[in-house]
Amino acid sequence: MALAPESADTAKGLLGWIDARFPLTKLWKEQVSEYYAPKNFNFWYYFGVLSLVVLVIQLVTGIFLTMNYKPSSAEAFSSIEYIMRDVEWGWLIRYMHSTGASAFFIVIYLHMFRALLYGSHRKPRELLWIFGCLIFLLLMAEAFMGYVLPWGNMSYWGAQVIVSIFSSVPIVGQSLVEWIRGDYYIADATLNRFFALHVAALPLALVFLVIAHLMALHEVGSNNPDGIEIKKHKDAKGHPLDGIPFHPYYTVKDTVGVAAFLLVFCAVIFFAPTFGGLFLEEPNFQPADPLQTPPHIAPVWYFTPYYAMLRAVPSFAGTQIWGVLVLGAAVVVLFFLPWLDRSPVNSIRYRGPIYKVMLAIFVVSFITLGVCGLKPPSGIYPMLARVCTVLYFAFFLLMPWYTKYESVKPVPERVTGHA
Amino acid sequence: MSDQVDHSRRRLLTAATVGTGAIGVAFAAVPFLASWQPSARAKALGAPVAVDASKLESGQMLKVVWRGQAVFVVRRVKAAVDQLGGHDAMLADPKSDDSLQPDYIKASGAARARNPEYWVGLAVCTHLGCSPLGAFEPNNSFQVAGADLGANWPGGFYCPCHGSKYDLSGRVFKGQPAPTNLTVPPYTISASMRIDIGVSDAPKPA
Repeated sequence: MALAPESADTAKGLLGWIDARFPLTKLWKEQVSEYYAPKNFNFWYYFGVLSLVVLVIQLVTGIFLTMNYKPSSAEAFSSIEYIMRDVEWGWLIRYMHSTGASAFFIVIYLHMFRALLYGSHRKPRELLWIFGCLIFLLLMAEAFMGYVLPWGNMSYWGAQVIVSIFSSVPIVGQSLVEWIRGDYYIADATLNRFFALHVAALPLALVFLVIAHLMALHEVGSNNPDGIEIKKHKDAKGHPLDGIPFHPYYTVKDTVGVAAFLLVFCAVIFFAPTFGGLFLEEPNFQPADPLQTPPHIAPVWYFTPYYAMLRAVPSFAGTQIWGVLVLGAAVVVLFFLPWLDRSPVNSIRYRGPIYKVMLAIFVVSFITLGVCGLKPPSGIYPMLARVCTVLYFAFFLLMPWYTKYESVKPVPERVTGHA
Repeated sequence: MSDQVDHSRRRLLTAATVGTGAIGVAFAAVPFLASWQPSARAKALGAPVAVDASKLESGQMLKVVWRGQAVFVVRRVKAAVDQLGGHDAMLADPKSDDSLQPDYIKASGAARARNPEYWVGLAVCTHLGCSPLGAFEPNNSFQVAGADLGANWPGGFYCPCHGSKYDLSGRVFKGQPAPTNLTVPPYTISASMRIDIGVSDAPKPA
């Protein structure tokens, strides 16, 4: 079979040889150098590329950690000590990985908040948003299982609490928990399988989902701070008038963002790797002790908003499944966001005051829930958590009404800004 | 012979192939899912344990491990045992109807014990499996793990994770995250205060 005939824009030499056998130049053009992104991206558009950077950091440092880590209940804790003390640069690789976990959630939360600001979840980007929610869900599982691996006392009791969540499932709950643990308690079998999921199954699924997320993005095109469709106005060549090629324009812009991010990231690694007990909790510097729950159990900061919701709901009718259902619903409701939002406009720039107020209430209650989840469940915190749980859900569940009926500003035809 | 494609025949064959394949996948998944069950070794390690409680002082507590779970053995103060029946109205499940325990424990009423002075129960909060702390002193402002147990605290257990409170028989108070009372495992207690956890009948003398 004859190879494709050479035309003026086909490359010669090695690249030409490859292009005749693999769509390398085609892929590069479609996905990067001729992918037209809106020209009015602002600060909020850094967090997508930053989450990709953190993913790579986690994959690389994770691979190197597995070379010295031992996934057994007898050796896990001491193998972490070994990495920290005896392995050349082991402390740096581990701190990159542990700080990377928190950094991942910081950039992902900001990335998701960007969608709420500019309506990036809305038609035609619903599937893009759903892929993103799946990534968020998998990331939570990945982070939880990763936190169990050092086999410190907080690892152990965190695993105990989270795995016990499944015991509230009616009828099969107890057998389900035994199946997850592989033993009658959190044991060697549990640690070993969490290791397998953390280093192989979940990262593989995450990478596939990230590819799907990017494919969906490049199919529908990026949203922008004005929330308008740049494909509506094209030049003679068919390129959007308000679009600029991702490379070199955004690769250069993102390089600056990545550099600034790495500066902060390295500062945390070198000067505050535990971040005052938020990134690495104090009880986790003691080995797992099945007889002694740490006096105060709190998950790592990125789970505390959801943990506070779990705690806020009291049990009734002889079961504590209600708190678990609220916790689950808090994540599941995200998937429905594209259909809950009925506003005629996408961007917060053209929405009315009600959405702005609701978004502010949502952000405040999410952060307050995060604080409640870190504190012991006494005093003002349980009631505060209950109020904020209601507000969290109010933002989503009342959205069909307050977005539909509020007055909006007229949306411009072309993107605004100085660019 | 017709050169027309018989679409209905093709659809049937495709459906049959997919169906057979799906059944095959379901069967092939069984070993993988079953491999997550507790292994034969884990099951074998669930043997009973013996505890010598004779040296336990009044008001003291022992924690022993049975099947990898912590078990409380508490020697209760006499006065506290006498008051156990007095706060049923504050409890979520005073008769232990929804809770787990052997029948002979349920039959023992408020004490939930074979010997009212010695209480044996899993140190596993029925909420999410944390290990509760002993807070035995009946005190108006008992402070444990930063939490104030408030007035009228009759003494009992407090779970530091989510704040569930239990009385000295491991019975949960109303309005707590924990839905049921602490589980009491099967055990025997001899006249010499030897407690065998994991069996309901006294071991035969060797």
